[in-house]
Amino acid sequence: MTGVLEKPAAAELKVVGTRPIRPDGVDKVTGRAQYGADYVMPGMLFGRIKRSPHAHARIVSIDTKKARALAGVKAVITAADLPNLASEEYEAGEGGGDLRDLSLNVMARGKALYEGHAVAAVAAISPVIAEAALDLIEVKYEPLPHVIDVEAAMAPDAPVLHERMFTQGLPEASSKPSNISRVNKLGRGDLEAGFAEADVVVEGRYVTKGVHQGYIEPHACLASFSEDGQSTVWSSSQGQFMVRTYCSKLLDLEAANIRVIPAEIGGGFGGKTTVYLEPLALALSRLSGRPVKMVMSREEVFRATGPTSGAVIEVKLGAKRDGTITAADIVLKYQAGAFAGSPVGAGSMTAMACYNIPNVAITGYDVVTNTPKVAAYRAPGAPISAFGVESAIDELALKLEMDPIDIRVKNGVASGMQAVYGPTYNSIAYLDTLEAIRKSEHYAAPLGPNQGRGLAVGFWFNIGGESSGAVHINDDGSAVVVTANPDIGGSRASMAMMAAEVLGLPVEQVRPVVGDTTAIGFSGLTGGSRVTFATGMAVTRAAEKVVEDLRRRAALTWDTAVENVAWENGQAVCLDPAKDVKPLTLKQLAARSGRTGGPISGEVSLTAQGAGPGFAVHLCDVEIDRETGHVKIVRYTAAQDVGRAIHPSYVEGQIQGGVAQGVGWALNEEYIYDKDGRMENPGFLDYRVPVASDLPMIDAIMIETAPNPRHPFGAKGVGEVPIVPPLAAVANAVRSALGVRFHELPMSPPKIRAALDAQG
Amino acid sequence: MSKTHVTTVVNDDPVEFLTDPSTTLLDALRDHLGLTGAKEGCGSGDCGACSVIVDGRLVCACLMLAPEAEGRRIETIEGMAQGGALHPLQQKFLEHAALQCGFCTPGILVAAKALLAENPDPSETEVRYYLAGNLCRCTGYDKVVRAVMDAAADLRQVRRA
Repeated sequence: MTGVLEKPAAAELKVVGTRPIRPDGVDKVTGRAQYGADYVMPGMLFGRIKRSPHAHARIVSIDTKKARALAGVKAVITAADLPNLASEEYEAGEGGGDLRDLSLNVMARGKALYEGHAVAAVAAISPVIAEAALDLIEVKYEPLPHVIDVEAAMAPDAPVLHERMFTQGLPEASSKPSNISRVNKLGRGDLEAGFAEADVVVEGRYVTKGVHQGYIEPHACLASFSEDGQSTVWSSSQGQFMVRTYCSKLLDLEAANIRVIPAEIGGGFGGKTTVYLEPLALALSRLSGRPVKMVMSREEVFRATGPTSGAVIEVKLGAKRDGTITAADIVLKYQAGAFAGSPVGAGSMTAMACYNIPNVAITGYDVVTNTPKVAAYRAPGAPISAFGVESAIDELALKLEMDPIDIRVKNGVASGMQAVYGPTYNSIAYLDTLEAIRKSEHYAAPLGPNQGRGLAVGFWFNIGGESSGAVHINDDGSAVVVTANPDIGGSRASMAMMAAEVLGLPVEQVRPVVGDTTAIGFSGLTGGSRVTFATGMAVTRAAEKVVEDLRRRAALTWDTAVENVAWENGQAVCLDPAKDVKPLTLKQLAARSGRTGGPISGEVSLTAQGAGPGFAVHLCDVEIDRETGHVKIVRYTAAQDVGRAIHPSYVEGQIQGGVAQGVGWALNEEYIYDKDGRMENPGFLDYRVPVASDLPMIDAIMIETAPNPRHPFGAKGVGEVPIVPPLAAVANAVRSALGVRFHELPMSPPKIRAALDAQG
Repeated sequence: MSKTHVTTVVNDDPVEFLTDPSTTLLDALRDHLGLTGAKEGCGSGDCGACSVIVDGRLVCACLMLAPEAEGRRIETIEGMAQGGALHPLQQKFLEHAALQCGFCTPGILVAAKALLAENPDPSETEVRYYLAGNLCRCTGYDKVVRAVMDAAADLRQVRRA
């Protein structure tokens, strides 16, 4: 097969697959690591944002005179101070959208579209003065009717957010403005015929609420604009090049004049794949001539960033008596927030991706609402559709009295089958992943009183994309690896490990850094579970380039052909029988680099293709406290097709972290709005993410039976798919414990209590 | 607004600073003393990222005013490694891969140190409840709890030796 590499057997690997201490670890356990809010500059100002108190309002006027007159205030900006951009599509990995929308989200122009929407920004010599200045900005609003709920926003008489939004994807172009930005359809086969074949049909309507990524670090940046137009931005994001591109586009600046230095990032989960503060900090810095630091409060994070969609999922499945699923009809309605671009497309494509079903129709609606513009959240869109589909599959299994693994194996996808969304699967281990759960001790363990067990599966594409990696050999024979992908979950470790494997060095002699936008070629975001795959591929290729060069240098030294030089265990070995020479170590070759062609270094920029998809199978036990309605997770096992784990501890960590977020989504997390469309719970006390005492140990099983043929070490993306199954796994467990199916998340104590009361 | 003069001890060092009376201990540590290891995740005492130990007691530095530090002894993450050697908790966090983004890590380490000072032999449940005020969004807590239990076991050995 072209483009497919021979995989080294696991036994041949010395570094890949081991569990070294991460190279950035000590800085992170000692408090030295610098995150977005930890940077300071001499003469620095403090920026703050004035936000709309209304969910939907026309901005009649903004008077900043009094704020500008306050002593200590150095700059005040509104949308009038920023370029009024035309509509233009942009791509950014899992993000992407319209530049005008992005600009309008960063600063409202004409209309505020959600509570918390930025309307003005100030920079002052202290945070206290900046806050005082916000109060002096006079904004006149004309409040408009608002709409939060996705189905309410789809209604023909709903308040319209964008007068020029006409539904795309309809058979006939619409001339009436609508909140439905797009309808997308996906499928195959003949739905009617499929249901006609079915002996059993299940139907259900499922609802999820908006939830936030909930990274613990609020957005933060520091920007310094110089008089000659050159500027530097320090920021915590999932991509320094993303920040550069957006600042350049939104402020009409040349990319070469913007240097973005990545801070350590305190969690992102997709929520830091876009900008909120950076363009404003730069604009304020330009106006004031001073560096400007901006840090969001937690309340601002909730009200103005993230979240992901609240949604309605309608599922109808038909199956034969033997469990063969003959038809699936799915309708997905996703909140996009204030601007088009919910992840309903990905939700549609992933919905039936684990199932080999002949007749499928999936219809997705992207719907704007008076809520913050949604941002990517770990496997964007997929957990939502999976909640509906996996709940429905559970219903089907109950109706057919089938084991939940049997029904999924019977209808499960394998290599060579075509996915509902188009491609043909290659080197997937989904069925092995199901069998691993079947074989687990957990699957056979007895349940206690008030306990229930649920199983669910999930799929995520994973992506490749543009990445750069460089390997530099130091004069003492140690190495430096440079990439441009912020390290959120230990990726520096896997970069160093892959380079060390190729170079034949101990991993401690390979030091990885995350470079700024001037240090290395372009790289796409840290997102889409792509870094270990795509950037890892660039780093591996760069290391291979270095090894080629080292062999050439050894050949030169030995006066032999390069084919006669092998690279083994970190040294050049001469295969020429005519030469009686000792191997040359990397250290020796590095020491004489000046005489063999100069510095030893390799950089590779590539577009990585063929990210293997991820499959996850989760098994969850819950125990219901019948008095309080509290659902306790008592046991959890998650198996996942990982290709091959580069650093198994951090792969397990991704799986465990995804489970925890999914459990929060299932049980407690939700955006709660009052009648005026204002979020009522913008803090961690009332928006309750899982804490240590909410969870048991999470057993992670890594399935390595199908290494990714496109990756030098077989890696597949691992970060996102573990959040896909938990919503339904928990719901199915609650169904098993109570005999009642919950169609709406979160399954918080009041809802459980109500269900118990209804049972009598 | 006139400034308040505060004299206190941070990580065994005597320190003085001038501060607005309304400044939190967290802002004083970060902005006046340059100790940015304590993080602000919420500013409302819900996330624990700013955990410090004041006179032996675990507190959220965002919930305490800087002038209240007068005459106290404050321990922060920056004082945890001693003489160039990591604290066993820090070492175990690295070995167990108990951190991903690392933002909550200083707070969790400080809280875990306070836990082990109170209870050298905690059960898994005790660790989970003690750390329930420290949010981590990355790890699912599994490796965090294991690292704390492992460090506790090591520290008990040291004590017995």
